[in-house]
Parts: sequence; structure tokens; C-alpha cells
Amino acid sequence: MAKQRLVVIGNGMAGARAVEEVLARGGSEMFDITMFGDEPYGNYNRILLSNILSGIQDASEIFLNPLDWYAENGITLHAGSPVTEIDRFAKVVQSASGVRAHYDKLLIATGSRAFIPPIPGIFTEPGKLKSGVFGFRTIDDCSGIAAAAGSGGKAAVIGGGLLGLEAARGLLHHGCEVHVVHLAGHLMEQQLDAPGGAILKKTMESMGVTVHVGKSTSQVLGEDRVTGLAFKDGTSLECGLVVVAAGIKPNAEIGVRAGLTVERAIVVDNHMLAVDDMSVYVVGECAQHRSRVYGLVAPLWDQAKVFADHVTGANRNAAYHGSKLATKLKVMGVELASMGITEPSEERDETIQFSEPQRGTYKKLIVRDGRLIGGILMGDISKAAYLMQAFDRDSPLPEERLSLLFDLGAPPQKVTLDEMPAEAQVCNCNGVTKAAIGNCVAGGNRSLPGVMNATRAGKGCGSCKGLVSDLVAWFAGGDVEEDPSVHWYVPNIPLKKSELVEAIRARTLKSVSAVFRELAGGVEDAGAKPALASLLSVVWKGEYVAEPDARFINERIHANIQKDGTFSVVPPMPGGATTPAELRRIAEVAEKYHVSLVKVTGGQRIDLLGVRKEDLPAVWAELGTVSGHAYGKTYRTCKACVGTDFCRFGLGDSMALAKKIEDRFKGIDSPHKMKLATAGCPRNCSEALIKDVGLVAVGDDRWEIYVAGAGGSHVRKGDLLCTVSSHEEAILISGRFMQYYREEAKYKERTYNWIERVGIERVRAVVVEDSDGIAARLDAAMQESVDAYVDPWGALIEGQETTRFASLIPAGE
Amino acid sequence: MSVLGERFLCRLVDVPPGEGRTFEMDGQRIAVFHTRTGSVFATAAECPHKGGPLADGMLGGTTVTCPLHERVYDLANGRELTGDCDLMTYPVRRTADGVVLLLPAASDAMIS
Repeated sequence: MAKQRLVVIGNGMAGARAVEEVLARGGSEMFDITMFGDEPYGNYNRILLSNILSGIQDASEIFLNPLDWYAENGITLHAGSPVTEIDRFAKVVQSASGVRAHYDKLLIATGSRAFIPPIPGIFTEPGKLKSGVFGFRTIDDCSGIAAAAGSGGKAAVIGGGLLGLEAARGLLHHGCEVHVVHLAGHLMEQQLDAPGGAILKKTMESMGVTVHVGKSTSQVLGEDRVTGLAFKDGTSLECGLVVVAAGIKPNAEIGVRAGLTVERAIVVDNHMLAVDDMSVYVVGECAQHRSRVYGLVAPLWDQAKVFADHVTGANRNAAYHGSKLATKLKVMGVELASMGITEPSEERDETIQFSEPQRGTYKKLIVRDGRLIGGILMGDISKAAYLMQAFDRDSPLPEERLSLLFDLGAPPQKVTLDEMPAEAQVCNCNGVTKAAIGNCVAGGNRSLPGVMNATRAGKGCGSCKGLVSDLVAWFAGGDVEEDPSVHWYVPNIPLKKSELVEAIRARTLKSVSAVFRELAGGVEDAGAKPALASLLSVVWKGEYVAEPDARFINERIHANIQKDGTFSVVPPMPGGATTPAELRRIAEVAEKYHVSLVKVTGGQRIDLLGVRKEDLPAVWAELGTVSGHAYGKTYRTCKACVGTDFCRFGLGDSMALAKKIEDRFKGIDSPHKMKLATAGCPRNCSEALIKDVGLVAVGDDRWEIYVAGAGGSHVRKGDLLCTVSSHEEAILISGRFMQYYREEAKYKERTYNWIERVGIERVRAVVVEDSDGIAARLDAAMQESVDAYVDPWGALIEGQETTRFASLIPAGE
Repeated sequence: MSVLGERFLCRLVDVPPGEGRTFEMDGQRIAVFHTRTGSVFATAAECPHKGGPLADGMLGGTTVTCPLHERVYDLANGRELTGDCDLMTYPVRRTADGVVLLLPAASDAMIS
């Protein structure tokens, strides 16, 4: 089949992008492509023009596609050759230089030009600006402005929108005294409300730009050359250079001459086809879709895709439904993000606002029915990525409105998935990139566990698992397969945790092997073993039948395995308090057993690293302590500051409380480790605010209980659960919280993941207010677990197993 | 496989069901596993990934998970299930109360 002829009028960002999209769909096989452009260049990124004017970039740096690109892709380019006529009946276009081209499909992407308001004196003859007056739209405009600015003088910019302020920045760089003259009452009224505009004005002025708002220019003064501006209020301004940045005007005249329907721009349908002609497409700033003309680049990208899908037949149903306007800009070094409306428009609209004029920071959000419909961020736009995504997707916002404007001790907002570069490393433990996850999904793996197994992403520390899950969903589009097993406690038994507990109780299953036998058809799963062991210990307490093979090596021999196969031993040291005698004993053991490293841990204890497996029982026996439990998914430790004994700021006895807590909860099994701390005053030297449970003295023996804090791969400030009035009450409520977590959380789910899933309100209701009437039962269950505690070091020293601690056994008899 | 001979490797009681232990034979370190269903397997003692002690790993069915970085191997054939770095296996047989290593004929050894 002969190729069709595709003619593109306009060689700017829209035309070039549309052609790129066509090529990406195999368009070079389908079409002979011819492009016509006004300017004698390849196409360039108009957004960066202000950088040319400022001298930050050279004109050659902003070209998107150099002239070679056209040749490489077999595109015939007629640059500097504007199309003057379209004969829609003969399907021919003709340019000013006399080039004629036949088309089967035509794309009009003529864009727009600077709008020059008809101010008396602005033109010397129709269409010719007075010398010294410039638009701000093309490379030629930039060169003209730069030449006229020379090395200074007084310059005026008419228009205080984005473009005008960019022009002002450029002129400042040329050493000009810059005045911005703006008709509206505040700067950037498209993107900002009045207070925001006022803050921006102040910021601009601090940079040396004089801003005149509410000022209407009545005349451009000067005979052959501009000498100044006169205003309606009777004042005037002397200047030798005027840049007009009063908006844009769609280049739609070609459409009028061709007999197409033109209102503000050429009217198109959802396929980007002109409403009058099935062979003519229009994209970009010369297109009017559902009464809107877009002057930003993002809508243009969307339109170019729809056009390319439709014209190549890649998707004949491709449709453009309009764009929600959200932009992120930098105006004279001021970062700005703007989306949707700038003022509430209905009574039910909720406005959330923060203003700090001194630092040029302004934030305002407009929320309707829990969804973001407008927003302004200026000065600090750290939340922009999240908010723009919420705006674009119309997703529900969290109840906690403050967190929309600020990061309150939460991890910094991730960049949106779209913004994340392909080579960005998602899983740092196993070195998995965004692209690798994409390839895996493209290869047919559409479930989270499938992708995790195939790529190992999320299988190290696990802190990226949420992100991996989001990426799988993102790459799979709507096509993500939910693996039903994500709701099960272990992947090989199709029961949720509560159902599994019920089955375990109903059948009195007290060992992991019994659970496999009765509930998993006798099939073992290595990954499920420790999860089940932990659960059985919580359910049966002292009656749990321990099987060493169901435990991870650390909990099998009660020490922490190291990379060389040796182990670390951590004796307990409640509250971080020790004695010279204890230190002496530890030192002797360390020397005797050639411990290669003695290190103080983050949990205020002493770690003996490099202990050989066969030495463990002797090391424990000679240390003469119970296990420090520094290895399991259990209660770990309780850090403490000095508290009232010596500290001159102490409000509560944090060391005594830590000791009581450790005595009571040591070794308690749980879904994941539980790290605690007590602080004698709100200075928090023991970091109680980022612990699974943190107790902070606030005076008069009152303690604030913070839960679900994190200071590891995630950092999260704990939520205040409640305030209690004694050590005893602190221990009771902390224990009840831990028991509720032990019963409810998934295996390997830390308190901070769990609380975000169920909500602090729910946990507070159950634990503090006893909304479910289970507080007494939780307390009793915890007490039973406490009573069932057996020191594992002692038990193993006593034990009879011959090879438990052998790291190498001679073969043979 | 044609077998040249057998060598006694270890007593079964030295490897509790569901666990593994590392044995040394002629300077070679061999991990022996004893599943809860009564099967026995033998492999190289060190994980080919980073040398983790596989005998300290977690057994499930006929797989072992390395305690250091959770690489998973099928004990029956040494295949890595989490990647493509396979593990060396030794043919063994269970006797009434012990595990014996089967010594393959030289030609088989070449092939494997």
C-alpha cells in the first residue's frame, strides 16, 4: 500500500512532539511526513527562552530536535516557510515561499504568538512594533531584547504573569533597572490569589524589580524609538526598552482562511480533529477543546498522544477529555506550584492556608468534599508532587489536613511514580531499579509477590515494599493481579490471622508441624515456619510446643548470626545501667573467648561480636545473665535516660521504669521486634518518641505513652496514645498495647506499619477506652505470656542436644 | 548412576528432623539435611552467594533458605529457586540410623 501523506503546519513544540508520537507508533511506515515552520530553525523548547535572555543557556542548548533529526526520520522540513493557504478541497497547502504540498492528513500546530495589546503608540505602522518594543516569544525576540538592553538602562515589562516575570529576570541579568507594569490587582493572577501575589511582589522587590500593579498603560511614548510609558492614572515612566508579555494569541488565522470553525482558536473534537473536516487535526495552543485553549505544555503532550493514536490507527478510540491544570514553575528563583482554582467558589469549599511573608512562603489549598480542587504553594513546594498527584487523580485526602502542607516528622514525600527516573534504585538492599520492576511486570508478572520473588525487590530490609507495590500497580495499569495470599497470615494456608487463630484453637494445634499437618495438607513452607511459631507462642503461651526447626537460626540458638557465620551475644542491661563488676565479668568473657569486637549497641547494651557457635553455651554461663533477646522478633530492650537520680532536668524516674518494663516483658514473642524507651523529661535523650512504645515523663509522676514510632529505615514520630499517672499504669497500658499488637498485626509488621493500617484512633479506643470490652482479656493474656517466660540461655545450657552448637562435626563414626 | 562405593557420613541422631548440620570429610565441608518426612540430603556447606552456613538455614519441604540473605535452593537438585546460582549437591542414602555418601563412578562424576 502506498504511503499516505501527512503534512504538519507548525514546527514548534506541539508539531514536533506530535510527529515524535506518530513515529513512535511506526508512523514512518505509514506516512510521508512534511513539516512547515515559520522560524528558520529546527524546533526548540520555548519554555527555556527566558534562560536565553538571562544568559543561563545558549540558543543552541534549547533545541529539542536539530535539523539532522528531520533527515534521519525522513521528514521533509520547510523551515522559515510559513503556510499561507490551505485548499481543503484539493487537499493542498501552500507556503509563503511558494512550496505546495499535497496531504491526506493535515495537522495544524501553529501555536500562538505574543498578544500585543492595541496601546496607542505601540506600533509605528500596522504590525510593526516601535523600535525598542518587543514581544517575548521567539529566539529572535530574545536576541532583539538582549541587543537593546545592552549593558543596562531602564526597562519596562508590560504584564506581570509568568512570562513577564521571566522577562524581568532576564533583564535584571543584563543590568537593567526593571519595572513590571501589571494591569491586574496582583501578580500572576492566573496562578495566585491576592495574598500570594502580594508576597511574590515583595519577593520580587527584594530582588530589585519595581512592581506596579493595577496600572493600565495608556500610551507608548517616543517618536521613532520608545522613550517611556504613560499610564491612565496620569503618571509616566521613562524607559528605553519595553517588553510586552501580556499573554498569548492563538495563531488561528490559517483556520479562518481555510473555512474551519474558529472561536478563540480552531475548534476540535475529542480526537483532536477539526469539527468541520475529518482530514484535519489541530493540537496545541491553536486548538480549542470544550471551550478551552491551553497555554501550558502538559495538555499539549496529552493532545499529541491522542492525535498520534488516532491518525496512525493505533487506537481509533483515543480521546482527549481536557486537562486539569497543574504547574510547577520557578519564577526568578522562587519555586511555585499551582493547580486548579485560586479562590473557593462554593460555600462548602474548605480553605487551608499558611502564610509566612517574611520568608516568602505561602501555601493555600482548596478542598471540596475531601478532594483537592485548587492549590498554591510558593517558597516551599516540598509537598507539590504529592498534592499535584492527588489533584490530578481526584483522590481522597487524609483527614489530617496539616500534613497536606507540611511534613510532620513523616518520611519525606516520595516523588511521584511518573517523575521517578527509570534508573532510580527502588530496593537498595538488592539493587533493583524502577526499570527492572517495569520489565518484570511487562514480562507477565502482575502480582506483588510475583515481582518480589522474581526481582528480589523488597526482600531485603523490606522498607521499600510499599513503593514496590505502588510501582507494580503503576506499571500494570489497572491490570494488577491481587494475590489473594496477601490477606493470609502465611501464604500456604488460606486463612486470615483471626481465622487461623480460630482453627488453631479449635483443633488444639500447639506446634508448627501440627499446623502444617492439619491445615496445610502436610506441606511445609520454610517462610511460614517462623510466622507460625510466633503465633503459636502468642496463642498457647506456656503450652506452646517449641520446635527448633521452625525458628530462624537466631531464635534457635538465641544469638545473632553474623556474615561470617559467627554470632553476637548481647547480655541484658536494663535501662543501659551497669556496674563495674558486671563490666569486669563481660571483659573477662570477651578476652577468654577471643571476641573480635566489643561494641555498644543502639539499645544501650554491650554487643560481643564474633563468638563461635560452639562457645555460646560457655559464654552465656560465664556471663551469668539471662538472655538479652537482641536477636528475635520479640520485645528487645528498653532504653532510658538518667532520669531523676542525677539529671537536673529529670521529671520522672525513667531508669526504674525501664528496669520494671524489661523485667516484665523480656523475651515476649511478637509479630516483629519491639523496641522501647523511657525518657525522664520531654527532652527525649533516650529517643522515646521514635520507639514502638516510648514513655515520656511530664512531671508529677505522669507519663505520656507514645506508640508506633520508628527510627530505622523509616523515621516516624510515635503517636500519643494517652497520658497515665504512675509507673504501674504505664506498664499496664503499654502491655495492653503490645498484647493488642501481638494479636492483631501481621507477621513482620512493625507497630508503625500496623498503626498506619488500623489507625491510632482505633487502637486508642480499644486499648485506652476499652471500646470492645477486651481490655481485661488482653491484660490477662499478657500476664500469661509473662508467666510462661523461660530464659532460653539457661534452658540451652541445661539442654542435652549434642550437636546443637557444633559448627563443624567430623564425618564418620 | 553407577556407584563405586559408599562412605558413612553421619549418624541420623546428629541431625534432628527439620534441621541441618555441617560435617567435615577429607577436608570437605558438607551440609547434611534431615527433613521432617525422613529424607536426607547433602550439599556444599557454604551458600554460593556469600558463603552463608546453609546448615543453619530454614528447611521447608525439600528446600533450604540461607540464613544470611534468604537465597532458596532445592536440595534435591541444587537449583536456586530465587535466582540462577546453583548449589553443589552430593548423592546420599539413608540407612537405618545413618547417612551414607554415594561415591559415583568417575565417568558420572565428570558428567555431573
